[in-house]
Amino acid sequence: MTTGLLQPVALTIELATVATIALVVIATPLAWWLARSCAWWKEAIAAVVSLPIVLPPTVIGFYLLVVLGPHGPGGALAQLWGAQTLAFTFGGLVVGSVVYSLPFVVQPIRNAFAAIGDRPLEVAATLRASPTRAFFTVALPLASPGLLTGAVLGFAHTVGEFGVVLMIGGAIPGRTAVVSTTIFDYVETGEWGAANALAAGMVVFAFVVILAMIAIEKRFARGRS
Amino acid sequence: MSEGGGIEARFAGKLGAFAFDFALSAPPRGVTALYGPSGCGKTTLLRCIAGLNRVRDGLCHVNGEVWQDGARLFAPTHRRSLGYVFQEASLFAHLSVKANLLFGAPPLGARATPAVGWDEVVDLCGLAPLLERAPRDLSGGERQRVALGRALLSQPRLLLMDEPLSALDEAAKADILPFLERLRDRLSLPALYVTHDMTEVERLADHLALVDRGRVVAAGPLGQMQSDPALPLAGARGAAVTLEGTIAAVDDSYGLTTVAVSGGAFVAPGRLGPVGARRRLRVLAGDVSLALAPPGPSSILNVLPARVWSIKAVAANELVVVLGLGADGAGDRILARVTRRSSERLGLNEGVCVHAQVKGVALSRDRGGEA
Repeated sequence: MTTGLLQPVALTIELATVATIALVVIATPLAWWLARSCAWWKEAIAAVVSLPIVLPPTVIGFYLLVVLGPHGPGGALAQLWGAQTLAFTFGGLVVGSVVYSLPFVVQPIRNAFAAIGDRPLEVAATLRASPTRAFFTVALPLASPGLLTGAVLGFAHTVGEFGVVLMIGGAIPGRTAVVSTTIFDYVETGEWGAANALAAGMVVFAFVVILAMIAIEKRFARGRS
Repeated sequence: MSEGGGIEARFAGKLGAFAFDFALSAPPRGVTALYGPSGCGKTTLLRCIAGLNRVRDGLCHVNGEVWQDGARLFAPTHRRSLGYVFQEASLFAHLSVKANLLFGAPPLGARATPAVGWDEVVDLCGLAPLLERAPRDLSGGERQRVALGRALLSQPRLLLMDEPLSALDEAAKADILPFLERLRDRLSLPALYVTHDMTEVERLADHLALVDRGRVVAAGPLGQMQSDPALPLAGARGAAVTLEGTIAAVDDSYGLTTVAVSGGAFVAPGRLGPVGARRRLRVLAGDVSLALAPPGPSSILNVLPARVWSIKAVAANELVVVLGLGADGAGDRILARVTRRSSERLGLNEGVCVHAQVKGVALSRDRGGEA
């Protein structure tokens, strides 16, 4: 029973870690562009990124199945290494998690970049810093609380998702069955004790995450004053 | 366009509803003040020179380097060897004072001897006790000193300062002005200094450019601009002339210092420094009265022969007289504010020889106080 519980927990942590890294890597330049660009259509991009906030997970899961499946670009990609599809694989879970959690990571990072304002970057330019150097030595460190918030939210949101991973992953034990889907399976098969153990763990996890967020916010506010 | 030294800048364009057409020439040495009322576009001009604002119709040559040539050539800010001090210090909050200072400095070993050395800047700006502190633990004046040191350490060939004192209270201003004076006296770096405060102009500037409604109205050496009756400065309340002089003698028994200027010498209270030192004197137009003959015994220390250059009415019954010091009037210019009645009684006219009685003379460092 313990190994049965540990497997979905380990898989969940692995998924959330990989997804969080991918999220930060993708969301940081995207948030930078959204915060700094003057393009009139940037809010349209922001709206597309935010769609998962509104859409039911089943809709996202459905289209991800289409895209990642054997007849979509994901399937074509999978053929490069001899597979047929990205659906019902760990890779598919990562893609689904990134799409689903992206708005929750982009938003705090975008806000952090916007809060910096133009001035520190102008100062950096007057001190011979190229835009790239200014980004890495001024913008990123000043926005680090926003990045941290985004990463924590992305991690937590990936751990907490259910609908998308169920549709795209199919809850295959050992391969795509994460904690949230495993709880569902335990309840369906009447294993209330196991379901309770995992569910209680999630409650504790959620509490810690929210506490951590508050701590980050506080540190951020102090650093600014 | 001159390929030699100096600053040649021309920018025409619009920023929102604000239209401007600047043409500025500044010498390759010394501090040039850009002086004008709020909203006249001084900051815009400075930002265009720095490349922080980009206008298509712009031209900028600095000491032989071309920073902008219309739309064809535009060096981005980080490729321009300038130092910029903003109105608010804008230190990097995530870095210590020391790391802020080193941010723009060339990496160690990049050049054998940088023109502006670390020790010199730390000493000049009084930064030694601040180095390990965080920007948020500094006072406003300290922050601005760090920002100044940071700009200097980036080895600029032109220093741009945008009202660096205006966000500070009087005490902090008084604290930082001496640092700026030392900077002007010790470094040969040309600087553009934006301000709307005449006190700062009198203390710091060698040259003055008057800015109004998006244009440079006039520019020239400070004393010349102050004494030009065609410009608004000479007619203003509190009009004064700043004179550069050399200490000629110090009378220890009476505590008086004689400062020689072109065409005459002024006696000022206090021991103002060693003989030979350069000092700036400030002579208020309202402190100068005129007489045709040398006056008899008087408590007034300074009676200087002078010649009238021009006379201009500044109010219904008040005139400003521009005087050249010396019997031939060839020396430095000063101003005298007189009533129309006095002028008529004395028969003041261009070329008339007078004796200027100067009630008070002060180092421009102290506004009328003792030296």
